[in-house]
Amino acid sequence: MEKGYSRAQLWALVILRVAIGWHLLYEGMIKLLNPNWSSVGYLMDSKGWFAGIFRSIAGNPDVLQIADFLNIWGLILIGLGLILGLFTRISYIGGIALLGLYYLSHPALINVTYAIPSEGNYMLVNKNLIEMITLVVLMLFPTGRIVGLDRLIFGKREAS
Amino acid sequence: MENNQENKNKKEINRRDLLKGMATVPVVGAFAFGIWRKKQLDHYRSHKLSQELNMSSVAPGEAKKVWDGEPLRLGIIGYGGRGEHLLRGAGFAHPDVIQSWKDSAAENSTDRRYNDYMEQDDLNVVVNGICDLFDVRAERALLASSNTGREGANGSYGTPAKRYRDYRDLLQADDIDAVIIGTPDHWHTKIAIDAARAGKHVYVEKGLTRTLEEVYAIRDEVKKAGITFQLGHQGRQTESYIKAAEAIEKNLLGDINLIEVCTNRNSTNGAWVYNIDERGTEETIDWKTFEEPCEEKHPFSPERFFRWRCWWDYGTGLSGDLLTHEYDAVNQIVRMGIPETAMSSGGVYYYEKPDHYVNEVREVPDVWNAVFEYPKKNFSLLYSATLASNRNRGKVIMGHDGYMELGNNLSVYADRESTRYKDKIQSGLIDPNTPIYSYIPGRKDVDAVATATEKYFAGRGLLYTYRGGKRVDTTHLHVAEWIQAIRENSQPSCNIDEAFEEGITSAMATIAYKENRKVTWDGEKEEIS
Repeated sequence: MEKGYSRAQLWALVILRVAIGWHLLYEGMIKLLNPNWSSVGYLMDSKGWFAGIFRSIAGNPDVLQIADFLNIWGLILIGLGLILGLFTRISYIGGIALLGLYYLSHPALINVTYAIPSEGNYMLVNKNLIEMITLVVLMLFPTGRIVGLDRLIFGKREAS
Repeated sequence: MENNQENKNKKEINRRDLLKGMATVPVVGAFAFGIWRKKQLDHYRSHKLSQELNMSSVAPGEAKKVWDGEPLRLGIIGYGGRGEHLLRGAGFAHPDVIQSWKDSAAENSTDRRYNDYMEQDDLNVVVNGICDLFDVRAERALLASSNTGREGANGSYGTPAKRYRDYRDLLQADDIDAVIIGTPDHWHTKIAIDAARAGKHVYVEKGLTRTLEEVYAIRDEVKKAGITFQLGHQGRQTESYIKAAEAIEKNLLGDINLIEVCTNRNSTNGAWVYNIDERGTEETIDWKTFEEPCEEKHPFSPERFFRWRCWWDYGTGLSGDLLTHEYDAVNQIVRMGIPETAMSSGGVYYYEKPDHYVNEVREVPDVWNAVFEYPKKNFSLLYSATLASNRNRGKVIMGHDGYMELGNNLSVYADRESTRYKDKIQSGLIDPNTPIYSYIPGRKDVDAVATATEKYFAGRGLLYTYRGGKRVDTTHLHVAEWIQAIRENSQPSCNIDEAFEEGITSAMATIAYKENRKVTWDGEKEEIS
């Protein structure tokens, strides 16, 4: 395929991008709308290699407030970016970074279970990791400048 | 014109570009509609529900504080495990305890016991007298009484209190206004009555007394003396219980028909088979005084001294130690008072083997169940306890319209066959599987309590509660309430009338077990039969 994606490939990629955007936007909005939401429980539940760092964020109210703010607005902006195809590349990078942090705070180590979310245990691969890898794939098969506002801002680009 | 030309060259936006560029914009519209709808439904549900339930949304406020003026002068009689906790609640922790919390906090940033303690209110009290029959504990109490700065090891402590060998001398001291009694149960009544007669205010640990007769005696003498009296049910300070009482008052459950409360523990400590301190000898323990209230005297026994709860001579086992906590929790919420009848049964089932003991196998049961009837109120209260299984069964109050689960959290559920909520369940406003009301104190916080025993107590509202989202030791709040009441010349929440109900109820259950019969209460005559 020299001159870009087939019609089916393009729409499959766009639908995947929008679906992940929808999920991240929802995660952000639901936290924004809940005055009682805080990441403290999730951070305190951290295990594995970097648990100390995540717990220390939870232990410091000022840092925690900043982390909550960045998390909520990061999710919302990345979600909107992916749905709209707006600043798509930076949205991918942001999304990969956020999901990477979620994975590092709750790595799917063998036989390790978490209170939040309470869904049993995985073996190395969990949903966060899959969503993160999906974003990496989407970044390598960009669609924002074909179907997305980036096309209006940066001009159309044919995938090559 | 030039600019336009440039733009056109760069982007050349045509109709096709616009369509494709904005193809996903409607998705945002759909998302926004979804969120708006969800928010509307949530709002409708919570608004309608709160209208229906009429529960106030505020957390129990902080008690008014009157800590100024002259410091209140305390004495403590009995400085075992519980006495130590009580004195700590008054602001005088042993340096070893503070040091261990400090060390633990340095290693683990989630351990907030040290911080919590340092933030505990200063009640403006001094400790002028201590009395314990075991020299090692008396020395510990002296050091704690001097730790006015809440310091760890090697601190610069103040002047220690005076040690009294005989509590009667402590009660005669002019520099003591009020006493905390943390002795074994068989001494509670005698000391409390002597204190009341000496005009000292009294905080006495639960269970109130060892025998039925003592319940009347202590009530009459405390009332006669007019002192400020508090019984040590620190559960009175638990925020979720305060909200639960409101839920009962607003009749969220409909007609209550069954209340179930339990104790589940599974450790030697939990079964009162405590460590025997090797320093406890006939030289360091005043055994004669310890045995003084006993009709039948026993030869010196460190086992009996340190594990006194296992024998009827000193306490009433599960009845006085743990039923009373559960009973008082329910009594503060439902206000049901003394039952009309009590039955109980159980036995020494797990700790029956001699290898759990040094010389003597326990007398008091380790599995025990009591049933109390309230025919005029149309409900039963069921207490069920084991000291050899950790399977926690919680506290549940059951009514026709709903039920309530209680611990540090409070959840109220509608019953799917409820009459009151029938329409709302049908319309989908109420889901019987999700609480119609829940209260989670300090919900923005995470409980990082350390040990399993602490978790047991915390879950039952006996260790920590929250005030304004801050974690506070309930024992501290309970002592503080008593001290404030003394200053205001009033009575605290677990006053002598409440204590009387606890004492009679517990005694009825104990008698039912020991005499293997149903015990009936005549409220008019204040007699059992």
